[in-house]
Formats: sequence, C-alpha cells, structure tokens
Amino acid sequence: MNPTLQVTDLHKRYGAHEVLKGVSLTARRGDVITVVGASGSGKSTLLRCLNLLEQPHRGTLSLDGEALQLVPDRDGSLRARDARQLQRWRARLAMVFQQFNLWQHMTVLENVIEAPIQVLGLSRAEAMERARALLERVGVGSRAAMYPAHLSGGEQQRVAIARALAVEPQVMLFDEPTSALDPELVGEVLRVMRDLATEGRTMIVVTHEMGFAREVSNHTVFLHQGLVEEEGDPREVLVRPRSARLQQFLSGGLK
Amino acid sequence: MNFDAIAQNLPLYAAGALTTLKLLVIALAAGLVAAVPLAVLRSRREPWARGPVWLFTYVIRGTPLLVQLFLIYYGLAQFAVVRDSVLWPWLSSPWFCACLAFAINTCAYTTEIIAGAIRNTPHGEVEAARALGLSSAQVMRRVVLPSAARRAIPSYGNEVILMLHGTSLASVVTLLDLTGVARDVNSRFYIPFEAFITAGALYLAITLSLVGLFHAAERRWLAHLAPRS
Repeated sequence: MNPTLQVTDLHKRYGAHEVLKGVSLTARRGDVITVVGASGSGKSTLLRCLNLLEQPHRGTLSLDGEALQLVPDRDGSLRARDARQLQRWRARLAMVFQQFNLWQHMTVLENVIEAPIQVLGLSRAEAMERARALLERVGVGSRAAMYPAHLSGGEQQRVAIARALAVEPQVMLFDEPTSALDPELVGEVLRVMRDLATEGRTMIVVTHEMGFAREVSNHTVFLHQGLVEEEGDPREVLVRPRSARLQQFLSGGLK
Repeated sequence: MNFDAIAQNLPLYAAGALTTLKLLVIALAAGLVAAVPLAVLRSRREPWARGPVWLFTYVIRGTPLLVQLFLIYYGLAQFAVVRDSVLWPWLSSPWFCACLAFAINTCAYTTEIIAGAIRNTPHGEVEAARALGLSSAQVMRRVVLPSAARRAIPSYGNEVILMLHGTSLASVVTLLDLTGVARDVNSRFYIPFEAFITAGALYLAITLSLVGLFHAAERRWLAHLAPRS
C-alpha cells in the first residue's frame, strides 16, 4: 500500500536547543501510530511540525504523494511556500489538542460546522447535517446548542474530535488528547478514539496511555531526546523493549 | 426654587437631549468603524503596523477632549489653506467639528479596548482554527474578532458612558445639546441650580438606560462565559 503521510528527517530547534534531530515517520492508510516518550522528548513538537503549527528547520513532508512545498523563512526555519496549499494540507490532517481548544464563543454545533463551511465550502445545511451526525456518533448530540464552557472536559474533547472529523481528514493528529482530563473522563474519549481506529481511520496519537498504545495502535514510536530510539509493533516494543531507555521509561523511571 | 421656568422650557431640554444623543451616536458609530481595523493593526507584531496606531492612541488619550475640540474648531480656522479648501464648509460647522473631535477621541479609546481584547484571545483557539485549515483572514474574522468583541463589551460600555458625558463639551462651541440648553436657560432666567440639575437628571436617565442596554448585551453575548444555570 502507498504511504499516506511520509515524513523524513525532521529537524526542529528552539534557539540552540535541538528538539528534533532527524525524525522520520510513515503512516499508511488505516495505521494507528502512537508516539510515546518522556516529556521534553519532542513528541508534541513532532506532531505540531506535521501541520506546520511549528516550523521545522529541515525535513520533508508528503501526503498521498503530494509534497508540502517548503521555503526558508527569515529565522532559518521552513515555512509553506503557498498559503493555500498549507490550508488544504492542514484540513487533510485535522488535529485534536490536549486542551481541546474549542471556540468558546460558539455553541458546540457552531464549532463543528465552522471549518466545513469556511474551508470546504459546504452549505450551512450540509454542514449542520454532517455536524449533527458526528456529534451523535461521539455521544454528545444532546449538547449541540450548549457552549463549550458548560460541558465536562470529556465532552469537550469529544466535540473537538467531531470538529476535526467534520473536515473529513485523511490523517487525524491527536496531541495528548486525554492528558488534561480527570481520570474518570479518560475512558469516554479513548472509547471514541478506539472506534475511529476500528473503522480504519489513519491516526497519529501522541499519548501517555500505554494501554491504548498496546491495544489500539499497530505501530509505536518511542522518542528520546529528539530521536526515534525504538519503534515497531506495540505488542512487541512495549512488552519486550530492547533499549535501556525504553525499559526505563516503561518502568516509570523516565517521565 | 423656580421650576416653572424649567417646565415651560421642557421642549428645549428634549431637543437638547436629542442633540446630545445624535452627537453620541454619530461619534460612536464613526469611532467604532475606524477602531476595528486600527485595533487589528495595533495588535500585530510588525512595528510598521502597530507603531503609528500606538502613536495615535497615545496622543489622543494623552490630551483633553476640550483641547482637541478647540484645535479642530478654532485652531484649524486660523490657516488660510483650510479656509480656502473644499473642506471649509464642514470645518466651519460646529456640528461637524464636534462630531469629528468626539469620533477621533472615542476611536482612540475604542482601539485600545479592542486591541486589548484581541491580545487576550486564547492562543489555543487561534491554533485550532489554523490547524483546521482556516486562512489568516478567516481566523481573524471568524474566531479572533467575534471572541474579542464579546470580551470588549463591558469596557466598551464604560467608554460609551464617558463619551456621553464628553459630549457636554459641544456646548462650548455653541451647540445646543443638553448642557447648552441648560446654559441657555440659566442665562435667561438666572436659575443655575434648577437649570443644571435638570440637565444632570436627564444625563443620569440616559446613562442608566445605557447601563441597562449593556447589561442586556452582556447577558446575550457573554452567555458562553456565564456559569451553567
């Protein structure tokens, strides 16, 4: 099968501090890739470089064979050459954030119809129909008219997933989607993500949930100090880690 | 106490209140329309964008409204170029000069209010919009400005009330606004207390209506921040 998203040799630094030192990643259709590692290992930065929320300093990105055109910016990092290509690119890689980042001044329904109308050019009626179906699917259909601040964290994150799904992305990026949640709310979000994996969605998930990585993902990448230290089938990598770093991380010594 | 003279002149007070409201609405409308793009520039990172706007708001907010009004109404008339220009019919009109001075003044304050609200936009909301493919203009128009406008309502309500009180300066350039009428009544009957307490009561009534209006606006547009009922 053709790779859907291909990332090669990604470098990113902040000042003199190198956060990513050459990371490559390939996601094929239907892959669920979990990225794990201690805080500061560069896993969130890696994810945020994929849709250029962070500008990498080196590396290439391509999606279904289409390369994202990058040119040097003034500060030496790479920016998209064409703003329109970047917008399309981002909608094809919709992202779910740790802090949900729902638009507080819009109702739940308005949050979900916004991008389909503005980015995909759907009519309001089409977008509403799509949004209601998606909200139903993630189990917050009854919350459509409410404002995000009036929802629990788990509900907000499920709305954020519906909002990302609404642009029909080819790859979904999850940046520690359960880290900001109370423990009793983690399950409802992971359940939705498991359903998405089951229906064959391509997902890249930065997470601390080792159970989710082991049971749902088909590929796990362990990042350590900006490099891929170990990767492979999670049932292999997470159960019988070869590298000392990963052994230490899994036993709780590296946080 | 002589409130009979006030009673006879109530239609004058009504006309004065109307003039005050007209001045207020024109100045606020013009000031707000100009303030939105200025606030967008003011909250940008590039010095060429925010510098001139910063200078404008600091100069205007750093000088008294009365001085600004005198400069526009009396000051400009000193120059022959102005008197010979096509703008003279406007710049010689106290109405126009008062509206212009008030609009410029409220524009400066409103620019700072909106720019502050723009700066306080939660960064994550902007990132989410970009991450879903919205263009910079769409992010501004659909996320940043609507969110900032709502946050600006309480401070803008204060600005509106300060501007209402500021319009009383129109009376010094011969306009018969509420204060102008009170001065007129006083000079004809020599009853300063009755003349000005009536104007004060009417200002208070207008202020209270505006406060009510803004509270209603907050309930309507800041519902998303209110505690769950």
